[in-house]
Amino acid sequence: MNWVNFRARLKKVFRSAWTPFAAIPIALLLGGGVLLLAGYNPITAYEAMWQGAFKDKTAFTEVLIKATPLMFIGAGLAVAFKCSIWNIGAEGQFYAGAVMATVVGIYLGDLPRFILMPLVLIVGVIGGALWGMIPAYLKNRFGASEVVTTIMLNYVAIYITGYLVTGPMIETKGMFPQTPKISAAAWLPRFFPPTRLHIGFIIAVLLAIILYIVIFKTSIGYTIRAVGINPIAARYAGINVRKNILLAMAISGGAAGLAGSVEVAAISYRLYQLISPGFGFDGIAVSLLVNNNPLGVIFSGFLFGALRSGAEVMMMTAKVPSVLVYFIQGLVILSVVAFGAYRATTKEIEE
Amino acid sequence: MDLLPVVIFLQSILAATWRMATPILYAAVGEIFSERAGVLNIGLEGVMLIGAFAGYSVAYESGNLILGLLAAIASGILSGLIFSFFTITVKANQIVVGAAYNMIGMGITGVLYRVFYAESGRALSLKTFAPIEIPFLSQIPFLGEVLFKHNIMVYATLLLVPLATFVLYKTAFGLSIRSVGEHPKAADTVGINVNRTRYFAVIIATTLAAIGGAFLVLAYADQFVEGIVTGRGFIALAVVVFGGWSPWGAMGASLLFGIFYALQLRLQAMGNIMIPYQFLQALPYVVTVLVLIGLTKRRVQAPKALGVPYK
Repeated sequence: MNWVNFRARLKKVFRSAWTPFAAIPIALLLGGGVLLLAGYNPITAYEAMWQGAFKDKTAFTEVLIKATPLMFIGAGLAVAFKCSIWNIGAEGQFYAGAVMATVVGIYLGDLPRFILMPLVLIVGVIGGALWGMIPAYLKNRFGASEVVTTIMLNYVAIYITGYLVTGPMIETKGMFPQTPKISAAAWLPRFFPPTRLHIGFIIAVLLAIILYIVIFKTSIGYTIRAVGINPIAARYAGINVRKNILLAMAISGGAAGLAGSVEVAAISYRLYQLISPGFGFDGIAVSLLVNNNPLGVIFSGFLFGALRSGAEVMMMTAKVPSVLVYFIQGLVILSVVAFGAYRATTKEIEE
Repeated sequence: MDLLPVVIFLQSILAATWRMATPILYAAVGEIFSERAGVLNIGLEGVMLIGAFAGYSVAYESGNLILGLLAAIASGILSGLIFSFFTITVKANQIVVGAAYNMIGMGITGVLYRVFYAESGRALSLKTFAPIEIPFLSQIPFLGEVLFKHNIMVYATLLLVPLATFVLYKTAFGLSIRSVGEHPKAADTVGINVNRTRYFAVIIATTLAAIGGAFLVLAYADQFVEGIVTGRGFIALAVVVFGGWSPWGAMGASLLFGIFYALQLRLQAMGNIMIPYQFLQALPYVVTVLVLIGLTKRRVQAPKALGVPYK
């Protein structure tokens, strides 16, 4: 490789990688403005946030724990978004996976560990994938917009969960609307007790890598991307568009469902109404931030995990409401798309 | 058999139907302008939230509902400018920007509400727009309750829908909007400023959505709570499709949703019925999905350039 060529490549890599780094300070700056408006000292607040995320080993493992569901969901959504299927329903698919995992973890709790543990994760994938395939089917068969149907199914999944944890699955003699704990045989191993870091984190990173390979290095991924770029052209080229839409939704739903089952099997050990603090929506930002590249999701998932984990500490120590994170995430996305458009107009980018 | 309880049940549901339909209808009529011009705004939920919060805080602090409404309108215009800037000027993906805007709306209203109201220990409710009983008509049995005892923001939809229809179909501005959404290039060649037309259409949409959000605090519930819009922005998107991108169609579709909202609330209020209340709460969302499926038979074409930025 000659020097000029190398420089061109380096330039290209740099061009596609710098936007998140530029977007985040801008978002934090504007978020600081809101903090000022609300009567906080932004520096104290961000200091508390940083401390909350990186103060010590325990804090850092909590960041990784928060990043885990975001990586699962983000990597899955990257596949759907590459197919131009706007799955806003990862939240519901997460719940579908969590419900399935809890049902199996409780009612089949007598199974031996080596069967039960993988089974809980597998049914989570299946639950999420099926919940995700409903909108795909409705789009294929009836032309129903997935943007609307996935969102509606979020509400349905959350209300079903609410019904289960207050009704048929409520813990006996329980004071709280939650299920009993799943069988200990289904619990995922943790690395460094007393921290809660669990094997799910490794699975999430692996899934991101696998989905990266699938999307960018296999013919399956190629056809999914072809459908995403131009479904009509893809059909002329002999690609079964509907099958690919179904597949993309199954993958992204399955990944979100896996996130749900991992959350149950490694962290909460049970199901309750608000088991997801909005992971499915954060996952959208996680994927978009890195231009829907599953490998990049490892980075952006970590970043948003740190934001969320830090925000929770910020809420406790600096009394700043953690919903601020949504505002910051929204601004991060807007900054990224603005930079992306700027890049496109400078026209120096080649595909 | 005694029919009276049935009639009273029906009356109570139908009386709430129009009111429940109103916030969705405002947002949907607005979104029709935007989508007819080729811009899909899935950020309506966030726009409505911001409108609701702006309306609430100004009405609460000033004690004046009209000022609250004006504040909501101002917030809607601002939301429209932001959304247009990113989708039309920057030409970013409309769904991405919409999703981001929902997060922004949820985040900013959540922080401000908690700081200024939830944790302040102040009494939070405000005096909402009172129902206006139409003389004589409100005395008609059944129909009086159902149609003639609403507040001003509900009645205003009777003006909004024909007005929107008139603007869309009978004015030059409406023609530009529709042509820009069908064939922007052709519109451009006959001298229509595509991007400017889209800016206006988007701002109309977000302004009406913000009014719909404000309705929730000024004329329905008497206070703001986090996430008060609960998916109505998304339901409005479904209503636009179901109503075939026409204001009258949207009115019919919103009323249908209104019925299910009202039914759900009524059944919940009745207590001890056999259906778990979560299933009732899920009803409007399930109906949305079913409605979208039902559309396949009478498919109305979406604007051709919907979702596509213009060069």
